[in-house]
Amino acid sequence: MKTYVRPMAGWWRRNPFYLWYMLREASCVFITAYALILLAGLARLVQGEAAFEAWLEILSRPWSIGFHAVALVLVLYHAWTWFKVMPKTLPLVRLGGKRVPDVLIVSSGIAASAVLSVILFAAAWWFSLSSAQ
Amino acid sequence: MKKTIQIECLRYHPETDAAPRYQTYEVPFTDDMSLLQGLQYIKDRLDGSLTFRWSCRMAICGSCGSMVNGVPKLSCETFLRDLHPGKVRVEPLAHFPIVRDLAIDQTDFLKKLESIKPYLIPKTAPGKDTFLQTPEQMEDYYQYSQCINCLLCYAACPQYGLNGNFTGPAALALLHRYNADSRDAGKAQRMEIVNAEDGVWSCTLVSYCSEVCPKGVDPARAVNQNKIESTKDYFLRFLMPKGKVE
Repeated sequence: MKTYVRPMAGWWRRNPFYLWYMLREASCVFITAYALILLAGLARLVQGEAAFEAWLEILSRPWSIGFHAVALVLVLYHAWTWFKVMPKTLPLVRLGGKRVPDVLIVSSGIAASAVLSVILFAAAWWFSLSSAQ
Repeated sequence: MKKTIQIECLRYHPETDAAPRYQTYEVPFTDDMSLLQGLQYIKDRLDGSLTFRWSCRMAICGSCGSMVNGVPKLSCETFLRDLHPGKVRVEPLAHFPIVRDLAIDQTDFLKKLESIKPYLIPKTAPGKDTFLQTPEQMEDYYQYSQCINCLLCYAACPQYGLNGNFTGPAALALLHRYNADSRDAGKAQRMEIVNAEDGVWSCTLVSYCSEVCPKGVDPARAVNQNKIESTKDYFLRFLMPKGKVE
């Protein structure tokens, strides 16, 4: 039987759903870069105060702030997609014999992540204030 | 006066066409007309050579799946009034070879469906025991049993489009339907398909399959729950006596 197979080239541009998926996948590049920069900071810290100050100076440059702003947005988007698919990756969760609805799993994941982020941010803020004195 | 809508169909005749082309038809419609009825109007009144599959007209048989403006849909439950006044483009389901016009070749899926043993494999010979099931046990697999094999999920899955060997959403969802059934004892036989490179591990959780399913099945969930099963299957054999995992 003669058939025609359509090419797949450019498939991710065919549907907005695929574009969002590709953005989710691409966000890992920025997240990896962010992690590597942070790791470099740790290495500089081990090398001494001057090295660490130089690293801090690089971080305060406009392109670095721009990169971190983009990385933050992508991390937030990645986290959102991660929680959104979380119920799909779990076996059915039951509480008192009743199935826990997906929306509850998703929202409690997002809430836990938000609360932890706030606590972590507050702790870092408090630590930087108390060490500045 | 009746409203009309332009329906642009992908046309491909294997004997005369080297590649598909598009043909537009002006179709009069009423508010209660589905896209399938629009296609039937074309075949009956405008062009008898247009080829497409259909049967039940009520989202049960799963025959009339097609790409409607790039989105996999059943043409019987897609209404022309919702597509008006734009032009609607109808193409055969993506990722499948086109046999003619809107008809695709499902051989590949049928082979995969057969391979997952889509039937209960009981522990004991039939007739010996009754197999009672609680509502909770039924809930574990019920939604997956709603699959009508319409293949919209395959048309939504870019991983299947890029790698035709991928077992794919519907076959894996149906595999899970039987594995998750308390009456079934065939899990060990099906795990080979789950564990394979082209089994659940070819899925990257695009999860568009679950979005397009017309029956509320969540194939992405079945596939990704089986990533856990596959991981357990791999690691537990180091711990279980004689390497056997039940």
